[in-house]
Amino acid sequence: MAVVKLFGAWTSPYFYRVIWALKLKGIPYECIEEDLLNKSPLLLQYNPVHKKIPVLVHDGKPICESTIIPQYIEEIWPQPSLLPSDPYERAMARFWIKFADDKLILLALSPSISKMYRASGEEQEKAVKYILEMLETMEDHGLIGGKKFFGGDKISMVDMAFGAVAHWLGVIEDAAGLKIFEAHKFPRLQSWIQNFKEVPIIKENLTDRDKMFALLKRRREMLLASK
Amino acid sequence: MAEEVKVFGAWGSPFSRRVELALQLKGVQYEYIEEDVHKNKSPLLLKYNPVHKKVPVLLHNGKPIAESLVILEYIEETWKGNPILPEDPYDRAMARFWAKFIDEKCLPAIWKAGWSPESEREKPVEEACECLKTLESALGGKRFFGGDKVGMVDIAANFIGYWLRLIQEVTGMELLSAEKFPELFKWTDEFVSCSVVKGSLPPRDKLLAFFKARIAETMD
Repeated sequence: MAVVKLFGAWTSPYFYRVIWALKLKGIPYECIEEDLLNKSPLLLQYNPVHKKIPVLVHDGKPICESTIIPQYIEEIWPQPSLLPSDPYERAMARFWIKFADDKLILLALSPSISKMYRASGEEQEKAVKYILEMLETMEDHGLIGGKKFFGGDKISMVDMAFGAVAHWLGVIEDAAGLKIFEAHKFPRLQSWIQNFKEVPIIKENLTDRDKMFALLKRRREMLLASK
Repeated sequence: MAEEVKVFGAWGSPFSRRVELALQLKGVQYEYIEEDVHKNKSPLLLKYNPVHKKVPVLLHNGKPIAESLVILEYIEETWKGNPILPEDPYDRAMARFWAKFIDEKCLPAIWKAGWSPESEREKPVEEACECLKTLESALGGKRFFGGDKVGMVDIAANFIGYWLRLIQEVTGMELLSAEKFPELFKWTDEFVSCSVVKGSLPPRDKLLAFFKARIAETMD
Protein backbone atom coordinates (compact mmCIF):
# COMPACT_ATOMS: atom_id res chain seq x y z
CA MET A 1 0.00 0.00 0.00
CA ALA A 2 1.24 3.43 -0.86
CA VAL A 3 2.44 5.48 2.03
CA VAL A 4 1.11 8.95 2.78
CA LYS A 5 3.32 11.41 4.60
CA LEU A 6 2.39 14.93 5.59
CA PHE A 7 4.90 17.65 6.41
CA GLY A 8 3.45 20.37 8.58
CA ALA A 9 3.66 22.64 11.59
CA TRP A 10 1.30 22.57 14.56
CA THR A 11 0.56 26.28 14.43
CA SER A 12 -0.52 26.39 10.80
CA PRO A 13 -4.16 26.51 9.65
CA TYR A 14 -2.90 25.53 6.18
CA PHE A 15 -1.52 22.31 7.63
CA TYR A 16 -4.86 21.58 9.27
CA ARG A 17 -6.70 21.97 5.96
CA VAL A 18 -4.94 18.81 4.85
CA ILE A 19 -5.22 16.97 8.18
CA TRP A 20 -8.97 17.45 8.14
CA ALA A 21 -9.25 16.18 4.57
CA LEU A 22 -7.20 13.07 5.38
CA LYS A 23 -9.04 12.33 8.61
CA LEU A 24 -12.51 12.95 7.20
CA LYS A 25 -11.70 10.37 4.54
CA GLY A 26 -10.11 7.97 7.01
CA ILE A 27 -6.75 7.95 5.24
CA PRO A 28 -3.85 6.87 7.46
CA TYR A 29 -0.77 9.06 7.22
CA GLU A 30 2.54 9.74 8.89
CA CYS A 31 2.98 13.25 10.21
CA ILE A 32 6.33 15.01 10.09
CA GLU A 33 6.53 18.14 12.20
CA GLU A 34 8.72 20.87 10.72
CA ASP A 35 10.48 23.59 12.64
CA LEU A 36 9.66 26.55 10.40
CA LEU A 37 12.74 28.41 11.57
CA ASN A 38 14.92 25.45 10.68
CA LYS A 39 13.38 23.64 7.73
CA SER A 40 14.54 20.12 7.00
CA PRO A 41 16.48 19.27 3.82
CA LEU A 42 13.66 16.86 2.93
CA LEU A 43 11.05 19.63 2.97
CA LEU A 44 13.25 21.86 0.83
CA GLN A 45 13.69 18.97 -1.58
CA TYR A 46 9.95 18.30 -1.75
CA ASN A 47 8.90 21.95 -2.08
CA PRO A 48 11.81 23.73 -3.74
CA VAL A 49 9.63 26.47 -5.21
CA HIS A 50 7.97 27.76 -2.05
CA LYS A 51 9.86 25.90 0.72
CA LYS A 52 6.68 25.78 2.78
CA ILE A 53 4.40 23.40 4.58
CA PRO A 54 2.10 21.61 4.12
CA VAL A 55 3.51 19.09 1.69
CA LEU A 56 1.81 15.75 1.08
CA VAL A 57 4.02 12.96 -0.14
CA HIS A 58 2.09 10.11 -1.71
CA ASP A 59 3.97 7.14 -2.99
CA GLY A 60 7.15 9.23 -2.89
CA LYS A 61 5.67 12.06 -4.96
CA PRO A 62 5.26 15.48 -3.35
CA ILE A 63 2.19 17.68 -3.72
CA CYS A 64 2.25 21.25 -2.43
CA GLU A 65 -0.25 24.00 -1.61
CA SER A 66 -2.97 23.46 0.98
CA THR A 67 -5.79 24.09 -1.49
CA ILE A 68 -4.35 21.84 -4.18
CA ILE A 69 -3.56 18.90 -1.87
CA PRO A 70 -7.20 18.34 -0.80
CA GLN A 71 -8.26 18.30 -4.49
CA TYR A 72 -5.63 15.65 -5.13
CA ILE A 73 -6.84 13.69 -2.11
CA GLU A 74 -10.42 13.99 -3.39
CA GLU A 75 -9.43 12.54 -6.77
CA ILE A 76 -7.52 9.59 -5.33
CA TRP A 77 -9.93 8.84 -2.48
CA PRO A 78 -13.34 10.14 -3.62
CA GLN A 79 -15.37 9.00 -0.60
CA PRO A 80 -16.68 10.59 1.47
CA SER A 81 -16.65 13.48 -0.94
CA LEU A 82 -15.45 16.92 0.13
CA LEU A 83 -16.54 18.76 -3.01
CA PRO A 84 -20.03 18.99 -4.51
CA SER A 85 -20.75 16.69 -7.45
CA ASP A 86 -22.50 19.33 -9.56
CA PRO A 87 -19.98 21.23 -11.74
CA TYR A 88 -21.55 24.63 -11.01
CA GLU A 89 -21.52 24.03 -7.26
CA ARG A 90 -17.91 22.85 -7.58
CA ALA A 91 -17.07 26.11 -9.35
CA MET A 92 -18.67 28.03 -6.48
CA ALA A 93 -16.63 25.95 -4.02
CA ARG A 94 -13.40 26.69 -5.92
CA PHE A 95 -14.29 30.39 -6.02
CA TRP A 96 -14.58 30.52 -2.23
CA ILE A 97 -11.50 28.38 -1.70
CA LYS A 98 -9.51 30.87 -3.78
CA PHE A 99 -11.06 33.76 -1.86
CA ALA A 100 -10.04 32.13 1.43
CA ASP A 101 -6.53 31.58 0.15
CA ASP A 102 -6.12 35.16 -1.08
CA LYS A 103 -7.57 36.84 1.99
CA LEU A 104 -6.32 34.69 4.83
CA ILE A 105 -2.71 35.56 4.18
CA LEU A 106 -2.98 38.05 7.03
CA LEU A 107 -3.86 35.31 9.48
CA ALA A 108 -0.87 33.23 8.48
CA LEU A 109 1.28 32.82 11.49
CA SER A 110 4.67 32.83 9.84
CA PRO A 111 6.72 35.66 11.30
CA SER A 112 7.18 37.43 8.02
CA ILE A 113 3.50 37.69 7.15
CA SER A 114 1.07 38.34 9.92
CA LYS A 115 0.57 42.02 10.52
CA MET A 116 -2.25 41.50 12.93
CA TYR A 117 -0.33 40.64 16.01
CA ARG A 118 3.06 41.87 14.85
CA ALA A 119 2.29 45.46 14.13
CA SER A 120 0.70 48.29 15.99
CA GLY A 121 -0.79 51.62 15.07
CA GLU A 122 -1.55 52.32 11.43
CA GLU A 123 -0.14 49.08 10.06
CA GLN A 124 -2.27 47.04 12.40
CA GLU A 125 -5.34 49.17 11.67
CA LYS A 126 -4.99 48.46 7.98
CA ALA A 127 -4.71 44.75 8.65
CA VAL A 128 -7.81 44.83 10.84
CA LYS A 129 -9.80 46.69 8.18
CA TYR A 130 -8.77 44.13 5.61
CA ILE A 131 -9.88 41.23 7.82
CA LEU A 132 -13.21 42.93 8.54
CA GLU A 133 -13.87 43.30 4.82
CA MET A 134 -13.16 39.62 4.36
CA LEU A 135 -15.56 38.67 7.16
CA GLU A 136 -18.26 40.92 5.69
CA THR A 137 -17.93 39.28 2.29
CA MET A 138 -18.14 35.83 3.83
CA GLU A 139 -21.24 36.89 5.78
CA ASP A 140 -23.02 38.73 2.96
CA HIS A 141 -22.10 36.56 -0.02
CA GLY A 142 -20.68 33.25 1.12
CA LEU A 143 -23.25 32.21 3.67
CA ILE A 144 -26.50 33.58 2.27
CA GLY A 145 -29.51 31.34 2.57
CA GLY A 146 -28.84 30.26 6.12
CA LYS A 147 -26.66 27.36 5.08
CA LYS A 148 -25.12 25.15 7.72
CA PHE A 149 -21.81 25.00 5.86
CA PHE A 150 -20.49 26.92 2.85
CA GLY A 151 -21.51 24.07 0.55
CA GLY A 152 -24.89 23.34 2.14
CA ASP A 153 -25.60 20.59 4.61
CA LYS A 154 -22.29 18.81 4.44
CA ILE A 155 -18.84 19.98 5.40
CA SER A 156 -16.58 20.53 2.39
CA MET A 157 -13.17 21.82 1.38
CA VAL A 158 -14.52 25.37 1.48
CA ASP A 159 -15.23 25.20 5.20
CA MET A 160 -11.77 23.75 5.76
CA ALA A 161 -10.21 26.53 3.69
CA PHE A 162 -11.79 29.03 6.10
CA GLY A 163 -10.69 27.06 9.17
CA ALA A 164 -8.39 29.90 10.23
CA VAL A 165 -11.42 32.12 10.79
CA ALA A 166 -13.13 29.51 12.98
CA HIS A 167 -10.24 28.90 15.33
CA TRP A 168 -7.04 30.85 14.69
CA LEU A 169 -8.59 34.31 14.39
CA GLY A 170 -9.78 34.25 18.01
CA VAL A 171 -6.34 33.35 19.36
CA ILE A 172 -4.68 36.06 17.29
CA GLU A 173 -7.22 38.61 18.49
CA ASP A 174 -6.47 37.73 22.09
CA ALA A 175 -2.71 37.78 21.64
CA ALA A 176 -2.85 41.14 19.87
CA GLY A 177 -5.40 42.61 22.25
CA LEU A 178 -7.92 43.16 19.46
CA LYS A 179 -11.59 42.48 19.01
CA ILE A 180 -12.40 42.11 15.34
CA PHE A 181 -15.02 39.41 15.13
CA GLU A 182 -18.15 40.43 17.00
CA ALA A 183 -20.74 37.65 16.93
CA HIS A 184 -23.76 39.96 16.79
CA LYS A 185 -22.39 41.66 13.66
CA PHE A 186 -21.80 38.35 11.89
CA PRO A 187 -24.67 36.04 12.84
CA ARG A 188 -24.27 33.69 9.88
CA LEU A 189 -20.54 33.39 10.42
CA GLN A 190 -21.08 32.79 14.11
CA SER A 191 -23.44 29.90 13.28
CA TRP A 192 -21.00 28.54 10.76
CA ILE A 193 -18.13 28.62 13.26
CA GLN A 194 -20.22 26.63 15.73
CA ASN A 195 -21.35 24.13 13.08
CA PHE A 196 -17.80 23.72 11.84
CA LYS A 197 -16.26 23.15 15.25
CA GLU A 198 -18.96 20.67 16.22
CA VAL A 199 -18.01 18.26 13.44
CA PRO A 200 -16.23 15.52 15.45
CA ILE A 201 -13.13 15.28 13.23
CA ILE A 202 -12.71 19.07 13.36
CA LYS A 203 -13.34 19.25 17.11
CA GLU A 204 -10.70 16.60 17.77
CA ASN A 205 -8.18 18.18 15.42
CA LEU A 206 -7.67 21.80 16.31
CA THR A 207 -4.39 23.27 17.37
CA ASP A 208 -3.94 23.72 21.12
CA ARG A 209 -5.35 27.18 21.82
CA ASP A 210 -3.45 27.90 25.03
CA LYS A 211 -0.15 26.74 23.60
CA MET A 212 -0.65 28.93 20.54
CA PHE A 213 -1.76 31.94 22.58
CA ALA A 214 1.39 31.69 24.69
CA LEU A 215 3.54 31.47 21.56
CA LEU A 216 1.90 34.43 19.83
CA LYS A 217 2.00 36.57 22.95
CA ARG A 218 5.70 35.86 23.37
CA ARG A 219 6.40 36.64 19.72
CA ARG A 220 4.42 39.86 19.81
CA GLU A 221 6.22 41.06 22.92
CA MET A 222 9.58 40.30 21.35
CA LEU A 223 8.67 42.06 18.12
CA LEU A 224 7.30 45.18 19.79
CA ALA A 225 10.28 45.34 22.13
CA SER A 226 12.70 45.22 19.25
CA LYS A 227 11.15 48.25 17.53
CA MET B 1 -32.66 23.50 -25.22
CA ALA B 2 -29.92 25.61 -26.74
CA GLU B 3 -27.04 26.20 -24.43
CA GLU B 4 -26.39 29.81 -23.51
CA VAL B 5 -22.77 30.73 -22.94
CA LYS B 6 -21.66 34.32 -22.43
CA VAL B 7 -18.32 35.80 -21.53
CA PHE B 8 -18.02 39.22 -19.91
CA GLY B 9 -14.52 40.40 -20.65
CA ALA B 10 -12.17 43.23 -21.55
CA TRP B 11 -10.34 43.19 -24.87
CA GLY B 12 -6.89 43.73 -23.38
CA SER B 13 -7.24 41.52 -20.33
CA PRO B 14 -5.17 38.33 -20.33
CA PHE B 15 -7.58 36.93 -17.74
CA SER B 16 -10.67 37.23 -19.89
CA ARG B 17 -8.69 36.02 -22.94
CA ARG B 18 -7.85 32.86 -20.97
CA VAL B 19 -11.54 32.02 -20.78
CA GLU B 20 -12.10 32.73 -24.47
CA LEU B 21 -9.09 30.59 -25.41
CA ALA B 22 -10.38 27.62 -23.40
CA LEU B 23 -13.85 27.90 -24.96
CA GLN B 24 -12.36 28.19 -28.45
CA LEU B 25 -10.06 25.21 -27.87
CA LYS B 26 -13.11 23.15 -27.01
CA GLY B 27 -15.19 24.51 -29.86
CA VAL B 28 -17.83 26.05 -27.59
CA GLN B 29 -19.97 28.81 -29.10
CA TYR B 30 -20.34 31.84 -26.89
CA GLU B 31 -21.46 35.44 -26.90
CA TYR B 32 -18.85 37.97 -25.91
CA ILE B 33 -19.74 41.11 -23.99
CA GLU B 34 -17.09 43.83 -23.78
CA GLU B 35 -16.92 45.62 -20.45
CA ASP B 36 -15.47 49.07 -19.92
CA VAL B 37 -13.54 48.02 -16.86
CA HIS B 38 -11.71 51.29 -16.32
CA LYS B 39 -14.56 53.71 -16.33
CA ASN B 40 -17.97 52.13 -16.52
CA LYS B 41 -18.67 48.58 -15.43
CA SER B 42 -22.13 47.40 -16.40
CA PRO B 43 -24.81 46.70 -13.77
CA LEU B 44 -24.92 43.14 -15.09
CA LEU B 45 -21.23 42.60 -14.35
CA LEU B 46 -21.65 43.96 -10.84
CA LYS B 47 -24.63 41.66 -10.37
CA TYR B 48 -22.77 38.60 -11.65
CA ASN B 49 -19.55 39.26 -9.74
CA PRO B 50 -20.55 41.17 -6.63
CA VAL B 51 -17.55 40.03 -4.61
CA HIS B 52 -14.77 41.21 -6.94
CA LYS B 53 -16.64 43.28 -9.58
CA LYS B 54 -14.14 42.12 -12.22
CA VAL B 55 -13.90 40.40 -15.56
CA PRO B 56 -13.92 37.70 -16.67
CA VAL B 57 -17.29 36.25 -15.79
CA LEU B 58 -18.65 33.22 -17.56
CA LEU B 59 -22.41 32.94 -17.71
CA HIS B 60 -23.64 29.43 -18.49
CA ASN B 61 -27.39 29.04 -18.83
CA GLY B 62 -27.85 32.08 -16.61
CA LYS B 63 -25.44 31.01 -13.88
CA PRO B 64 -22.34 33.18 -13.34
CA ILE B 65 -18.82 32.02 -12.50
CA ALA B 66 -15.96 34.39 -11.69
CA GLU B 67 -12.15 34.00 -11.40
CA SER B 68 -10.40 32.88 -14.57
CA LEU B 69 -8.76 29.72 -13.18
CA VAL B 70 -12.02 28.66 -11.53
CA ILE B 71 -13.76 29.23 -14.86
CA LEU B 72 -11.14 27.12 -16.67
CA GLU B 73 -11.80 24.20 -14.30
CA TYR B 74 -15.53 24.57 -14.89
CA ILE B 75 -15.07 24.66 -18.66
CA GLU B 76 -12.94 21.52 -18.43
CA GLU B 77 -15.61 19.68 -16.43
CA THR B 78 -18.50 20.82 -18.58
CA TRP B 79 -17.16 20.40 -22.12
CA LYS B 80 -15.15 17.22 -22.33
CA GLY B 81 -13.57 17.58 -25.80
CA ASN B 82 -9.89 18.62 -26.09
CA PRO B 83 -9.04 18.32 -22.41
CA ILE B 84 -6.86 21.05 -20.93
CA LEU B 85 -5.96 19.12 -17.79
CA PRO B 86 -4.06 15.81 -17.70
CA GLU B 87 -5.87 12.64 -16.69
CA ASP B 88 -3.48 11.51 -14.00
CA PRO B 89 -4.31 13.06 -10.57
CA TYR B 90 -0.68 13.79 -9.78
CA ASP B 91 -0.14 15.56 -13.09
CA ARG B 92 -3.36 17.49 -12.51
CA ALA B 93 -2.08 18.61 -9.11
CA MET B 94 1.14 19.78 -10.76
CA ALA B 95 -0.79 21.69 -13.45
CA ARG B 96 -2.84 23.41 -10.74
CA PHE B 97 0.37 24.17 -8.84
CA TRP B 98 1.96 25.91 -11.81
CA ALA B 99 -1.19 27.82 -12.75
CA LYS B 100 -1.36 29.11 -9.16
CA PHE B 101 2.37 29.95 -9.23
CA ILE B 102 1.86 32.00 -12.39
CA ASP B 103 -1.00 33.99 -10.88
CA GLU B 104 0.40 34.49 -7.40
CA LYS B 105 4.09 34.94 -8.07
CA CYS B 106 4.95 35.43 -11.75
CA LEU B 107 2.37 37.94 -12.86
CA PRO B 108 2.70 40.34 -9.89
CA ALA B 109 6.50 40.20 -10.18
CA ILE B 110 6.44 40.86 -13.93
CA TRP B 111 3.87 43.62 -13.60
CA LYS B 112 5.95 45.33 -10.91
CA ALA B 113 9.12 45.04 -12.96
CA GLY B 114 7.42 46.30 -16.10
CA TRP B 115 5.98 49.44 -14.58
CA SER B 116 8.85 50.38 -12.27
CA PRO B 117 10.67 53.54 -13.30
CA GLU B 118 13.98 52.70 -14.94
CA SER B 119 15.99 53.84 -11.94
CA GLU B 120 14.15 51.46 -9.61
CA ARG B 121 13.99 48.54 -11.95
CA GLU B 122 16.90 46.37 -10.88
CA LYS B 123 15.45 44.49 -7.93
CA PRO B 124 11.95 43.94 -9.40
CA VAL B 125 13.53 42.65 -12.60
CA GLU B 126 15.73 40.28 -10.61
CA GLU B 127 12.70 38.92 -8.77
CA ALA B 128 10.72 38.56 -11.96
CA CYS B 129 13.64 36.69 -13.54
CA GLU B 130 13.67 34.27 -10.61
CA CYS B 131 10.01 33.54 -11.28
CA LEU B 132 10.58 33.00 -14.96
CA LYS B 133 13.51 30.71 -14.26
CA THR B 134 11.33 28.61 -11.94
CA LEU B 135 8.51 28.55 -14.45
CA GLU B 136 10.88 27.50 -17.21
CA SER B 137 11.79 24.43 -15.16
CA ALA B 138 8.16 23.31 -15.44
CA LEU B 139 8.53 23.01 -19.21
CA GLY B 140 11.08 20.22 -18.83
CA GLY B 141 11.88 20.06 -22.52
CA LYS B 142 8.26 19.80 -23.61
CA ARG B 143 6.75 21.80 -26.43
CA PHE B 144 3.96 23.13 -24.21
CA PHE B 145 3.44 23.02 -20.45
CA GLY B 146 0.59 20.67 -21.27
CA GLY B 147 2.84 18.36 -23.31
CA ASP B 148 2.09 18.12 -27.03
CA LYS B 149 -0.94 20.33 -26.77
CA VAL B 150 -1.86 23.59 -25.11
CA GLY B 151 -3.15 22.92 -21.59
CA MET B 152 -4.29 24.85 -18.55
CA VAL B 153 -0.81 26.02 -17.60
CA ASP B 154 -0.15 27.33 -21.11
CA ILE B 155 -3.47 29.16 -20.99
CA ALA B 156 -2.63 30.57 -17.56
CA ALA B 157 0.76 31.69 -18.91
CA ASN B 158 -0.82 33.60 -21.80
CA PHE B 159 0.40 36.90 -20.37
CA ILE B 160 3.96 35.66 -20.54
CA GLY B 161 3.40 34.22 -23.99
CA TYR B 162 2.15 37.44 -25.56
CA TRP B 163 1.60 40.50 -23.38
CA LEU B 164 5.08 40.44 -21.82
CA ARG B 165 6.96 40.86 -25.08
CA LEU B 166 4.82 43.86 -25.99
CA ILE B 167 5.44 45.42 -22.57
CA GLN B 168 9.15 44.87 -23.07
CA GLU B 169 8.98 46.63 -26.42
CA VAL B 170 7.25 49.63 -24.92
CA THR B 171 9.20 49.97 -21.66
CA GLY B 172 12.62 48.88 -22.86
CA MET B 173 12.77 46.43 -19.98
CA GLU B 174 14.38 43.15 -20.84
CA LEU B 175 13.02 40.27 -18.89
CA LEU B 176 12.29 37.38 -21.19
CA SER B 177 14.94 36.90 -23.84
CA ALA B 178 16.16 33.97 -25.88
CA GLU B 179 19.57 34.25 -24.21
CA LYS B 180 18.32 34.22 -20.63
CA PHE B 181 15.45 31.76 -20.98
CA PRO B 182 15.87 29.80 -24.20
CA GLU B 183 13.23 27.18 -23.44
CA LEU B 184 10.62 29.62 -22.20
CA PHE B 185 11.29 31.96 -25.10
CA LYS B 186 10.81 29.11 -27.54
CA TRP B 187 7.56 28.28 -25.77
CA THR B 188 6.25 31.82 -26.37
CA ASP B 189 6.79 31.32 -30.11
CA GLU B 190 5.05 27.95 -30.05
CA PHE B 191 2.21 29.42 -28.04
CA VAL B 192 1.45 32.40 -30.27
CA SER B 193 1.84 30.36 -33.48
CA CYS B 194 -0.83 27.93 -32.37
CA SER B 195 -3.82 28.70 -34.60
CA VAL B 196 -6.44 28.68 -31.87
CA VAL B 197 -4.27 30.80 -29.62
CA LYS B 198 -3.61 33.31 -32.40
CA GLY B 199 -7.32 33.88 -32.77
CA SER B 200 -7.72 34.52 -29.06
CA LEU B 201 -5.15 37.30 -28.72
CA PRO B 202 -5.85 41.03 -28.67
CA PRO B 203 -4.56 42.98 -31.71
CA ARG B 204 -0.89 43.84 -31.36
CA ASP B 205 -1.09 47.48 -32.40
CA LYS B 206 -4.05 48.22 -30.18
CA LEU B 207 -2.29 46.67 -27.17
CA LEU B 208 0.97 48.51 -27.89
CA ALA B 209 -0.95 51.79 -28.12
CA PHE B 210 -2.67 51.00 -24.84
CA PHE B 211 0.63 50.36 -23.04
CA LYS B 212 2.23 53.47 -24.51
CA ALA B 213 -0.70 55.56 -23.32
CA ARG B 214 -0.39 54.04 -19.89
CA ILE B 215 3.26 54.96 -19.66
CA ALA B 216 2.50 58.49 -20.81
CA GLU B 217 -0.13 58.74 -18.07
CA THR B 218 2.22 57.60 -15.36
CA MET B 219 4.85 60.10 -16.49
CA ASP B 220 2.53 63.08 -16.01
